[in-house]
Amino acid sequence: MRRPPLLVAALLLGGCSGEQSALDPAGVHSGAVLHLFGLFFWICLLAFALVIAFLAVAMLQARRVDAAQSERTEHDAIASRLLRGWIVFIIVGLLILTLGSYFTDRNLALAAPDTGQSNRVPIRIKLTGQQWWWQVEYEDPNASQQIRTANELHLPVGVPVHIRLESIDVIHSFWVPNLAGKQDMIPGRHNDIELLPTRAGHYRSQCAEFCGLQHAHMALDVVIEPMADWLKWRAQSIQPAKAPAGAEEKAGYAYFMEHQCSACHSITGTPAFGTVGPDLTHFASRPSIGAGTMPNTRGHLEAWIANPQGVKEGNHMPYLAVPPDKLHALGAYLRSLS
Amino acid sequence: MSRRGEDPKALPRDGRDLTGDALHERLSLTWHTSPGFWGWLTTVDHKLVGRRYIFTALVFLILGGILALIMRVQLARPESGLISADRYNQIFSMHGTTMMFLFAVPVMEAMAVYIIPLMLGTRNIAFPRLNAFSYWVFLFGGIMIWVAFLFNVGPEAGWFSYVPLAGPEYSPGKRTDFWAQMITFTEVAALATSVELVATIMKQRAPGMSLNRVPLFAWGVLVTSLMVIFAMPAVMLSSSFLIADRLVGTQFYNPTEGGDALLWQHLFWFFGHPEVYIIFIPALGFVSQITETFSRRPIFGYPVMVLALVSIGILAFGLWVHHMFATGLPRLGYSFYTAASMMIALPSGVQIFCWIATMWAGRPRFTVPMLWVIGFIITFVIGGLTGVMVASVPLDLQLHDTYFVVAHFHYVLIGGAVFPLLGAITFWFPKFTGRMMDETLGKLSFAIGFIGFHLTFFPMHFTGLMGMPRRVYTYPSDIGWNMLNMISSIGAFIFASALLLFMINALVSYRKGLLSGSNPWEASSLEWAVPSPPPPYNFAHIPVVEGRTPLWDAGGTLSVVSGLRVEDRELLLTTAIDAEPDVREPSPLPTIWPLLAAIAVTALFIGSIFNPWAIVWGAIPLAATLTVWFWPKGPPEAEPVIE
Amino acid sequence: MTLPVRFTRDLSELPTHAFGTRSLTWWGVVGFMLIEGTGFALAIAAYFFLMSQEQLWPPSALPPKLLWGTLTLAVMLLSDIPNVWVKKAAEEERLRDTRIGLVIMSIVVIPLLVLRGFEFANLNIGWDRNAYGSILWALLLLHTTHLLTDWVDTLVLAALMFTEHGGEGRRFVDTSENGLYWHFVVLSWIPLYVVIYWVPRMTTGGLIG
Repeated sequence: MRRPPLLVAALLLGGCSGEQSALDPAGVHSGAVLHLFGLFFWICLLAFALVIAFLAVAMLQARRVDAAQSERTEHDAIASRLLRGWIVFIIVGLLILTLGSYFTDRNLALAAPDTGQSNRVPIRIKLTGQQWWWQVEYEDPNASQQIRTANELHLPVGVPVHIRLESIDVIHSFWVPNLAGKQDMIPGRHNDIELLPTRAGHYRSQCAEFCGLQHAHMALDVVIEPMADWLKWRAQSIQPAKAPAGAEEKAGYAYFMEHQCSACHSITGTPAFGTVGPDLTHFASRPSIGAGTMPNTRGHLEAWIANPQGVKEGNHMPYLAVPPDKLHALGAYLRSLS
Repeated sequence: MSRRGEDPKALPRDGRDLTGDALHERLSLTWHTSPGFWGWLTTVDHKLVGRRYIFTALVFLILGGILALIMRVQLARPESGLISADRYNQIFSMHGTTMMFLFAVPVMEAMAVYIIPLMLGTRNIAFPRLNAFSYWVFLFGGIMIWVAFLFNVGPEAGWFSYVPLAGPEYSPGKRTDFWAQMITFTEVAALATSVELVATIMKQRAPGMSLNRVPLFAWGVLVTSLMVIFAMPAVMLSSSFLIADRLVGTQFYNPTEGGDALLWQHLFWFFGHPEVYIIFIPALGFVSQITETFSRRPIFGYPVMVLALVSIGILAFGLWVHHMFATGLPRLGYSFYTAASMMIALPSGVQIFCWIATMWAGRPRFTVPMLWVIGFIITFVIGGLTGVMVASVPLDLQLHDTYFVVAHFHYVLIGGAVFPLLGAITFWFPKFTGRMMDETLGKLSFAIGFIGFHLTFFPMHFTGLMGMPRRVYTYPSDIGWNMLNMISSIGAFIFASALLLFMINALVSYRKGLLSGSNPWEASSLEWAVPSPPPPYNFAHIPVVEGRTPLWDAGGTLSVVSGLRVEDRELLLTTAIDAEPDVREPSPLPTIWPLLAAIAVTALFIGSIFNPWAIVWGAIPLAATLTVWFWPKGPPEAEPVIE
Repeated sequence: MTLPVRFTRDLSELPTHAFGTRSLTWWGVVGFMLIEGTGFALAIAAYFFLMSQEQLWPPSALPPKLLWGTLTLAVMLLSDIPNVWVKKAAEEERLRDTRIGLVIMSIVVIPLLVLRGFEFANLNIGWDRNAYGSILWALLLLHTTHLLTDWVDTLVLAALMFTEHGGEGRRFVDTSENGLYWHFVVLSWIPLYVVIYWVPRMTTGGLIG
C-alpha cells in the first residue's frame, strides 16, 4: 500500500517508517486509514489557517485609532455575513469528513472475508490476552493442522486474517498499527478484527489498553512473509517439538519435565501440557522473550529463567532458583525448539 | 438584634437616609467574618470560601504537575530504570485523578463561587453554609487520596479505573477503594456548589438583569452547573457499584456472574465526557469577559454565544461512546456518536469566530489576560481539530490509547481551560486582592508557557501516530520514539517554569503589586463597581441593570434600589426570567456546623472503605450535625435571620 | 460602591419569604431532585443494560415477591393525600394544621419502613449472587435512602413546628418544600416498582423475547 504522497510531503519529520507505526501501512486497513487521515489533515489545516488569518487581521487592526460607532456597526454587519459563511464552511467540512469516515469504514467492512463480499478464505486465529502475554491459536477444522504459540503472529502477504479476540482476566487491546486499528479484548465478550497484510516485514504490536503492572511490556512480534515462506513456517509449526539431541539439551529436557516448568508451559510431543504460561513448542524461532520484552538470545533467555521477576517484575513466572549448570542446560534445550 | 413583635418598619435600612460611609460601617459590622482562626473556620462569605477553594485547587495543580514532571523524567529516555512499574502506574493514575478531580473542576467552580455573586449584583452566594461545607468536603477528600498515595496505597488503575482491572480480583488491597471514595467526596462538593450556583444565577440577579442581559461567564456557569447535576450522578453510581463489588461482593462488573465490564465504561463516560466540558465551559466564559473588556466593546453575537454555550452543554451528553470505539459495540451505533462528536465542533467554531470578530470590530489592548486568550485560540483550535480526527471511528481505532490522544486532550484542557484560567486569574486578581499582577512577569510567563506547552505536547501527535501507547512506564530504545520523548520532557520543564513564574508573580504581587482601584481594566460588569477587594457585603446598595454591559451603560452614576435591612444580613431575590425584585431573603451568619458536618461525612466515607457498617453508624453523627446546622439558633426576630 | 448612586425604588415592603419558585429553598430541593432523579434513571438504565446481556431473566432466581412491593406502592400513593393536605396548609400558613400534618407524615413513614424491610427480605436473591441481584438491591437501597432522609427531615420539621420557631414564614416554606420532596419519593417509586417487580415477570417464561 503506497503511502499517500501528499501526506508524506507534509510529514517531514524523519522516522515515519517504523515497525510499530500507523504512518507506515503494510496492510489494507491501515492504508485506508492513512488516506483518511490525509483528508482530515488537509481540511483541518485549512480550518486552522482560516482562524489564524482572521486572528492576525483582528490583532493588526489594533493599530487603528478610536473607531466611530458607525464604523463599528459596519464591521459588525460584515462579521455577521462572514459568520454565516464560516458556519457553512464548518458544516460542509464536517460533512465531508463524516462521509469520508463512513465510507472508509464501509469499504473496509465490505472487504472483510466473513461479513463482506470478499470470497477469499481467511486465516482464522484466536488471540487470548492475559496479564501480560498473548496466547495465539491458529484454528483449523482439522485438529492436526492447528497451531498453538504465544507472543507472535506469522502471516502471509495478501491473505485476509480473521482474529477472534478474548481475554481471561482484564481488558487488553490488540493493535498492530502497521496493519490496522485496534480492538479491545474484554473478558466476558469476544471481539473480532480483520487484517489483510500487503507487504512483507517484521512489525511490532503492543497492548493498547492499560492492563496492570506490566502493560508496557506486553508486545507481540508480527512477521509478514511471502506465501511460500509462510507455508514453510506453518508446516514446521504443526510438527511436535524436536526431541533433544545433545547431552546438554537432554539434561535441560529432563530438568524441564521434572520441575515446575511443565506445570505452566506446554511443549507438544512431550509430557508438558501446562496452559497457564505460553506454549514453548517452537520457542527458539520466536523473535522475543516475555512478550516483546527482550530479544530471544541465549544470554537474555538465561537471564529470564534465572530471575523472571528481575526482568519483568510482577509477571506470573515466579523466581525458581534454578542452579547455574541447569540454567545452561535449560537454555540449550529451549533454544533447540525451533 | 430585633425581637418578634417589634415593628419591622422601624428596622434600619439602606437608602437615601443611610448611605456612604455610615452605611459602609454598619453593613461591614453585619456582614463581617471575625478575624482569627474561629472566623476562618466558620465563615460563610463566598469570597473567603472562594479564595481558599481557588488556592487549594492551585495547590493540587502544583502537586499534579510535579507528578507530570516525574513522568516526563522517566520517559525522557527509553528503558529508564528510574521509577518502577508500580510506582509509575500510581503516579500517572494520581496525575490524572488530581488534575481532573482535584484541580480542574474545583478551580472552575471556585472562580464561579467568588465571581458570580459579584457579577450578578448580590451580596452572597445562595446556600452559603452549603458552600462552606462543599469546600471542606473537597479538601478532606483531596487530603485522603494524597495521604493514601504517599503511604503507597494510591490508585494504580488510571484516573478512569477500568474494570476488571480495578475490581477486587486484579486490584487487591485498598488502593482503588480510596480512589472510588475520593470520587464521592469530590462529587458531593461539586454537586453542592452547582446547586448553589444555579439558585444564585436564577434568583439573585440584580433587578433589571433579565436573562438576555446576563454576562456570558454567568451563562457559562449556569450551563456548567446544570451539566454537573446531570452528569455526576453517573460517576457516583459507577464508583459506588465498584466499591460494593470490592467490599461486599456485588457482581456489577463481574462477567462470570452476569456483570459487565462495559457497564463501568458506559456509566463512567456518561459522566466523563460532560466532565471535560464542565471544565471547559467556564473557561469559555472567562474568554468572553476578557475579550469584551480588552476589545472595549460588547461581545459580538451575544445571542449566538448563549446558544452556543447551551448547545455545547446539551450535545456533550450525546458523545460518550466515542471513548469506547474500540470495545466492539455495533457499528451503526458508533455512527451516531461520530456525527454528534463532529457536530459539537460547530458551536465551538462559532464561538471562536465571535471572539475574533469582537477584537476585529473593537480596539483590542494586548494586556496579559488578552495574551492568554490569544494563546487559547491558537491552542484550543488545534486541540479541537484533533478532536474532530478522533471522532472518526476508523481514525480513532489507530489513535485511541496512544500519545496522539494525550496530545489532543492536553491541547483542549490546557489550551482550552488552563490558558483562559491563567488569563482570568490575572484579570480578576485586582478584584480579589486590590493589587495588580506584574505585567512584565505576566508577559514572560505567557511567552515561556506558550512555547513550553507546544514543545511538550506537539511532538506527542507524532509519537502516537508512530505507535507509542499510553500509560507505559517505559518503551524500547529501537522503535524511534527517543527523540520525540526527549523533546516533550524538555518542554515539560519549560512549561512548568512558566507556571512557577506565574505563581511567584501572584505571590509577590499579593504583597507588593500596584494598587488597582475598583476597575483598573475599565470593564463592564458589576463586580468592577465595588472596591478591590470587595467589602464583606459586596454592594452597599443593590444595583439596577439596564443592559448587558452595566458599567459602560451607566454613564457617571449607577442606579440602585434601597430598603434592605442593615443590622441583619439580607439580600434580594428577583424573578427568574425578568429579574423583577421579589423577596428580601435573609442570609446566614457564620457557623461551625458545615465544618462539623463535613467531618462527619468524611468519617462516614473513609470508614466505609474498610467496613460497610460505617455507613449506618456514620449516618448518626451526620444526621445530628445536619440537624443542628439547620435548627434556628436564637429566639425568633422581627424579621427572619438565619443563624 | 465607587460610582455615585441614583436611587430608583424602595424595597422595604417586599416580603421576606414566598412559596414555590419564588423561594430559594424550592430551587435547592428541585436541584437535589434532579440529581437523585438522574441517579435513579441511570440505575434503571444499568438494570436494562445488564438484562440485555442475559438470555434468561431473572437469571437463576424467582422474581421478587409481588405482595410487599405492591403494598408499599399502595401505602405510598395513599400517603400523598395527607402530604398534599399539609403542603397546602403550610402554603396558607395555618400553623395548627401544619403541625398535625407533619405529625401524620412522620407516622406514615413507619409502616413504609416496615414494608420496605419485608421487601428486602423477599427479593428472592442476595446482592452478591449475580449482577441481577446486585442491581436489584441497589435500586431498592437507593429509594430507601430517600425514604429515610425524608423521614428525618419531616421529624425535624415537625419538632421545630412545635417550638417558638413554628409559625415563622420560613418554616412554612420549608414544610411546603418538604412536601414537594415527598412527591418525589412517591413518584420515583412508581418506575422503580415496575422495574423491580414487573419487568422480571414480563419476560415470557423467563426468556427475554
